[in-house]
Amino acid sequence: MQRILRETLAIADVELRKLVRDPTELVSRAIQPMLWLVIFGQVLSRVRGIDTGKAGYLGFMTPGILAQSVLFSAIFYGIAVIWERDLGIVHKLLVTPASRVSLVLGKAISANFRGIVQTAVIYGIASALHVPIRWELAAVLGVLLIVALGSAIFAMFSLSIACIVKTRERFMGIGQVLTMPLFFASNAIYPLDIMPRWLRIVATLNPLTYVVDGLRGLMVHGEQSLYGFGTDCTVLCFTFAVFLAIAVKLYPQLVR
Amino acid sequence: MGRRNSRGSRTPIPSVCEVFVKNPEINIRGLTRRFAQATAVDHIDLTVCEGDIFGLLGANGAGKTTVIKMLTTLLGPSAGSATVAGFDIVSQAHEVRRRIGYVPQMLSADGALTGYENLLLSARLYGVAEQRTRIEEALAFMGLSEYAGRLVKTYSGGMVRRLEIAQSMLHRPAVLFLDEPTIGLDPVARRAVWVHLKELNKDYHITILLTTHDMEEADNLCNDVAVMHTGQIAAHGSPEALKARVGKQATLEDVFTRFSGELEETGRLRDTAETRSSARHRG
Repeated sequence: MQRILRETLAIADVELRKLVRDPTELVSRAIQPMLWLVIFGQVLSRVRGIDTGKAGYLGFMTPGILAQSVLFSAIFYGIAVIWERDLGIVHKLLVTPASRVSLVLGKAISANFRGIVQTAVIYGIASALHVPIRWELAAVLGVLLIVALGSAIFAMFSLSIACIVKTRERFMGIGQVLTMPLFFASNAIYPLDIMPRWLRIVATLNPLTYVVDGLRGLMVHGEQSLYGFGTDCTVLCFTFAVFLAIAVKLYPQLVR
Repeated sequence: MGRRNSRGSRTPIPSVCEVFVKNPEINIRGLTRRFAQATAVDHIDLTVCEGDIFGLLGANGAGKTTVIKMLTTLLGPSAGSATVAGFDIVSQAHEVRRRIGYVPQMLSADGALTGYENLLLSARLYGVAEQRTRIEEALAFMGLSEYAGRLVKTYSGGMVRRLEIAQSMLHRPAVLFLDEPTIGLDPVARRAVWVHLKELNKDYHITILLTTHDMEEADNLCNDVAVMHTGQIAAHGSPEALKARVGKQATLEDVFTRFSGELEETGRLRDTAETRSSARHRG
């Protein structure tokens, strides 16, 4: 166990160093949520066609946009892994005696660093737009936990796809095809009750729905979680365990 | 296998390692790897003795990289078996990984990290004790101490290759595998890598198995070579013995041409593309 922890932290440490050294990706990824909140959110909040609770539409969609940022930053993680494979880095990692669980778990943790930065950015934008943010320590820690689980799930999902498709071109195509349906078939920008029945069923099978729901109950005053924090965390932990197992199984296939 | 003595009983033929009173460090028996319809490696038998520098020669697509991938546990064999440092590559893969170092064909050091950080990652993954001392020793051995704090993307191709060899020696492996270690390097960098590999073999008693197309490299470094052709071992022996087999004043180039199919266009597109890409990366 101690060995797995040491190896996992070694992988995560490398990713953190690289991110700190070149934060371009973090800066560019901050633009999209800014557009969603400042333009889309402000305009739609005037429509008042959707019952979104006491915090208004902007307050309703803020957790959804954080979940979207987490999804979009993690879902293209597979590209970096394919790049590492092309450079021989994956070969070298797999030849070490390090556990495959550590190699993959280290990647999941490093996806969290991006998620945490996205969280800080969205808290900042939402505050500037007068969204009634909950600043209690427990609420913020709960948000970070949900963000960590969401980042890890979508990073593992992305890594698994990368191990199957194996080329950057194919991955880009599949990544584009997956992200928008995942986003729109969730409760990120509209509530589950206004969805047609078939879409509601899809949304309840979509892990992003539980990320949004968990965040919604913790992030903004006047908004409520539909399933409750405990259920959201349980579903997300289970989903993470499944995707981690799949990624650990598929990762060595990347070099075959 | 064996020959009959004067009394008619069977006497086993001694292996090459037994002849030279060495331990076999790599023992390959009937190793085979198939990909769908194609057989990349076809029932090969090889023994590499402890302390040797062994060269696996062959054209693109001959099966050299597939052999290395199987021996380094990256790829499972379709048939046959092999041991590395006394451990089976399939059933004892973890033990094999603890005892080997690997330098892939591509320049695989992480350009976004410093030389020191690249070594630190390896030291942590191999669970090396006294990491700082080992890293400094490895950097000094490869002549990279003064560049340790620089980002690897600023290194020359030869420096990156030396850094990778430093990475692979941190945990004192019994066997070091190198896949085309000097492809794309300029002559000075290439010779520097040769010198370091020889020193590594001599000073740290590391058995080395490398693949190459470069006959000068094989002649300069290896005391035992095998030529692969279409997944099989076409010839095996010391460079001198193989040259003598081909003819008087024959070079290793002549040996390679004779045993790897002189007039055939060999190599899959992917192998050629990888080789060219490697060369491009090294400037």
